[in-house]
Amino acid sequence: MLLDLVNEFGKAFFETFWMMSIAVLFAVLVGVPLGIALFVTREGMFFENRFVQQVAGTIVNIIRSIPFIILLVVLIPFTKLILGTSMGPTAASVSLTVAAIPFYARLVEASLREIDRGVIEAAESCGASPWLIMKDVLLPEAKPGMIAGLTVTIISLLSYSAMAGIVGGGGIGDLAIRFGYYRFQNDVMLITVIILIILVQLIQFIGDRLAKAASKK
Amino acid sequence: MIRLEGITKQYKNTTAVHDISLTIGKGEIFGIIGYSGAGKSTLVRCLNLLERPTKGKIFVGGEEITALSDRDIRKKRQEIGMIFQHFHLISAKTVFDNVAFSLKAAGIPKEERNARVPELLEMVGLADKAKAYPAQLSGGQKQRVAIARALANNPKVLLCDEATSALDPTTTDAILQLLKEINRTLGITIVLITHEMEVVQKICDRVAVMEAGKIVELGTVYDVFSGPEHPLTKEFVQSVHSFSLPERLLESRKGTIAKITFKGDSAESPIISETLAKFSITINILHGQITYINDKPLGTLIIEAIGSRQEIEAAIRFIAARTKQLEVLADVA
Repeated sequence: MLLDLVNEFGKAFFETFWMMSIAVLFAVLVGVPLGIALFVTREGMFFENRFVQQVAGTIVNIIRSIPFIILLVVLIPFTKLILGTSMGPTAASVSLTVAAIPFYARLVEASLREIDRGVIEAAESCGASPWLIMKDVLLPEAKPGMIAGLTVTIISLLSYSAMAGIVGGGGIGDLAIRFGYYRFQNDVMLITVIILIILVQLIQFIGDRLAKAASKK
Repeated sequence: MIRLEGITKQYKNTTAVHDISLTIGKGEIFGIIGYSGAGKSTLVRCLNLLERPTKGKIFVGGEEITALSDRDIRKKRQEIGMIFQHFHLISAKTVFDNVAFSLKAAGIPKEERNARVPELLEMVGLADKAKAYPAQLSGGQKQRVAIARALANNPKVLLCDEATSALDPTTTDAILQLLKEINRTLGITIVLITHEMEVVQKICDRVAVMEAGKIVELGTVYDVFSGPEHPLTKEFVQSVHSFSLPERLLESRKGTIAKITFKGDSAESPIISETLAKFSITINILHGQITYINDKPLGTLIIEAIGSRQEIEAAIRFIAARTKQLEVLADVA
């Protein structure tokens, strides 16, 4: 019985880790360029473009306004199309990814907006190309903010991932719901909640440390 | 070196710069002074097209920059360095990388960059700070890094947008000294924006006074200091070269109070002693100062001439003829 439970925890832990890793990977791979695109197409920036700004901005806002549990269901056909199945942790990671990208893109954009406009102008006055400015000014200057933003994203994803059970995604949160909530096993619920608290604390701690190390201010 | 033809910059409902035409010579240190909101910053930002003028043409080194494509403007900017009031360094990069950034922008390969950056840091006196981050430097040091960055690609022009306004007086002097040195040794034309007349006095050759988007007075710094015409110019000159007498002195005067301005040679000849020898009056010196501008003396003296009305008038005519500038502030009581 105890061994079963330990096994369940191990499995759940791995499932959460798997789902989140995929979502975080894509959040960075797609969210960072998207966040930069949102920033550099703003008014007064070098790729100022109202159309891109509004279209991308609207799509990001629409996805962000859909409750995750609904997104999870709405995306079932899409998940089936790209993975061939809509069940399991990998399938759940598709909706987590779709939720994570616009979430992180906005945080990336926000950290870019924190950069002093003058620093970008000074780079322009050196004759730097937009590409060089993005690579050597925007990214390094926004790095601490982007790390802090990623920390927030990961923690939000951890809480979203609890709903992955709907599509058989599993994971720690799902374990808490199945055993703790449906079966009234309060001890299991308590343990999973404690594990989640520790996880969040740990992620926040590591995130803060990394952000601080990246900041040279 | 720089020629502006009818430059106007309009924002939605305000005109920041109004139809300015101006020529700045090669190797000159040209100052533009005005209060905030006068449009001087907008004007200087037009010179490297950080701000695009609404109307008019700008020529830098004989080339019309207002006609260039974005790509060519970037290339042209390598000939026009710029420094700012708040330095605007990349905080996440070391001093070395901040300077190297400019060279990177010009497409200079890494080995050359690694050779050139230490030279530049040496020039601005920061050879030992290559590995430091901007946050670890003082304001003066940050501005030195910014200067090294601006000079990295051997520009012909250096634009300074309130470059010393965030610095304390001692550091300001050191930075001005460095700018003057750069101007002399490298022959770089410097355009400097400021609201401090002291800065103009210390390093500029010519100065333009701006108000409400227009140039209200323009001339060599010496001429502007010795004979300011526009009220605003007078105000600026008075800020460093001020002679206000206490009311009490004017009221209790026994003779005529006059302000004498000595320009050039007259500042070095003994006019007061000559006057005393020639006329039977006594002279009481109330206030005096000699300022050197571009190594030329500019003296101002406020005197009280006491004696008979006739003698005083003759003496004043004598002084006025020799100095060309004499202003009677208060006649004999």
